[in-house]
Amino acid sequence: MTRITVQVDDESYTDEVEPRTLLVHYLREQLGKTGTVVGCDTSNCGACTVHLDGRSVKSCNVLAVQADGHEVTTIEGLAKNGELHPMQAAFHECHALQCGYCTPGMIMQSIDLLNENPTPTEKEIRAGLEGNLCRCTGYHNIVRAVQTASGQEVAS
Amino acid sequence: MIPVQFDYLAPESVEDALAALAEAGDDAKIMAGGQSLLPVLRLRLNSPEKVIDLSRIPGLRGISEEGDTIVIGAMTTHSDVVESELVGQHALLLQKTVAEVADPQIRHRGTLGGALVHADPAGDIGAAALALDAEFVIVGPGGATRTVPASEFFVDLFETAVQEGELLTQVRIPKHTGWGARYEKFVRVAHQWAIVAVAATVKMEGGTITEARIGLTNMGSIPLRATSVEAALLGQPATEEAVKAASATAADGTNPPSDLNGDSDYRKHLAGVLTRRAVLAAAGS
Ligand SMILES: Cc1cc2nc3c(=O)[nH]c(=O)nc-3n(C[C@H](O)[C@H](O)[C@H](O)COP(=O)(O)OP(=O)(O)OC[C@H]3O[C@@H](n4cnc5c(N)ncnc54)[C@H](O)[C@@H]3O)c2cc1C
Ligand code: FES
Ligand code: FES
Repeated sequence: MTRITVQVDDESYTDEVEPRTLLVHYLREQLGKTGTVVGCDTSNCGACTVHLDGRSVKSCNVLAVQADGHEVTTIEGLAKNGELHPMQAAFHECHALQCGYCTPGMIMQSIDLLNENPTPTEKEIRAGLEGNLCRCTGYHNIVRAVQTASGQEVAS
Repeated sequence: MIPVQFDYLAPESVEDALAALAEAGDDAKIMAGGQSLLPVLRLRLNSPEKVIDLSRIPGLRGISEEGDTIVIGAMTTHSDVVESELVGQHALLLQKTVAEVADPQIRHRGTLGGALVHADPAGDIGAAALALDAEFVIVGPGGATRTVPASEFFVDLFETAVQEGELLTQVRIPKHTGWGARYEKFVRVAHQWAIVAVAATVKMEGGTITEARIGLTNMGSIPLRATSVEAALLGQPATEEAVKAASATAADGTNPPSDLNGDSDYRKHLAGVLTRRAVLAAAGS
């Protein structure tokens, strides 16, 4: 076992973990933060995306011990005082989800995308979300949600 | 799936990492960003007893210049490379190539050194490193350091000049200031490994190509240089016709794999087409 201290959604946690524990399993099973989900075994789908020190990562492809001393933000840390994060609100408004399974990862990656490029073109949005798979929406409304959250005009 | 149990070490210096490696022998695996290693461990294709994480060693991450050379630490992430002004100015081909690797999340964690030592034949960065005449600084037991040129670095599928007990610490790239560049990656769907890709960088004077370097991805077990195309491009105008003629020999002497994405002959055809596109784009950029 290895002792780690991680800041998750603005709270500090110190825990004993097996070195092989994946960050996503630490978040879900030890911290009970089940908002972050697992969708694949190959690090392709992006459903598990969280922010590590402010940059998006696939939490199924990071060990919990690698996060020792670092800061993690999950989908559960976005809403403040009961107010949705603007990206969450835009996904809601634009109907950017159906089953919702990809949504936590999509939202976390979309926020990262706008942090790096505040007014992306449609093409840049699609490229920025290339590591996130959605089997329901056809992506169209997800792209519209990101455009909306970036304050850009959205063609109807 | 989760990996088999292992011990985790996070040394804080290259010396300590080398000592840990020497002690563990072939029971240990180095971890850089973990973006190739963790999928392998999770699928239990490998089960080392020790994982040695390099991420707590200061000094292995960062980009600087030394005279005519750009020096990139092995632990520099893909996104650091993409965002670097120095790389954009002096090694544009590397920047454009790394921008095509995987997806943003993986580029935030994966490292230049890790991708090059991993040496997947469909990996993107090897072809650019080869085309730019990169040099690799490798440190071994007791701190013995050697520098290996790109032409000798790639040995076979998933095999490089980095031996057991050794670490890659730096990638050194001669400045190619003002050279145009293009990485032309052929995939069927987004977020795929290259079926074939061509890394091209050219120096122009007026409308004439005065120097050219071409690297090929996934045209064999290691990245390859299309030296006959490089020679044929010299002194040519950057016109569709001239570049097409010079690109005709791109696949000469190669033995690309056949798989579900395409057979060997198809890959050879692609190499010529992608070389033409890459050179024309590089000449215009
Ligand atoms: C879903 C997915 C898609 C991907 N798509 C692409 C793609 O399109 N193109 C592409 O090129 N790559 C792709 N990759 C791989 C990605 O580029 C990885 O970042 C890279 O291959 C490994 O870098 P890393 O730093 O994560 O290395 P790690 O996974 O940590 O290490 C890889 C190997 O190198 C060894 N190693 C690492 N660093 C050193 C060192 N300094 N000295 C000695 N040995 C070392 C390790 O022991 C290990 O065997 C993809 C990965 C995933 C998960
Ligand atoms: S669960 Fe992490 S990428 Fe699919
Ligand atoms: S909404 Fe169902 S997978 Fe995206």
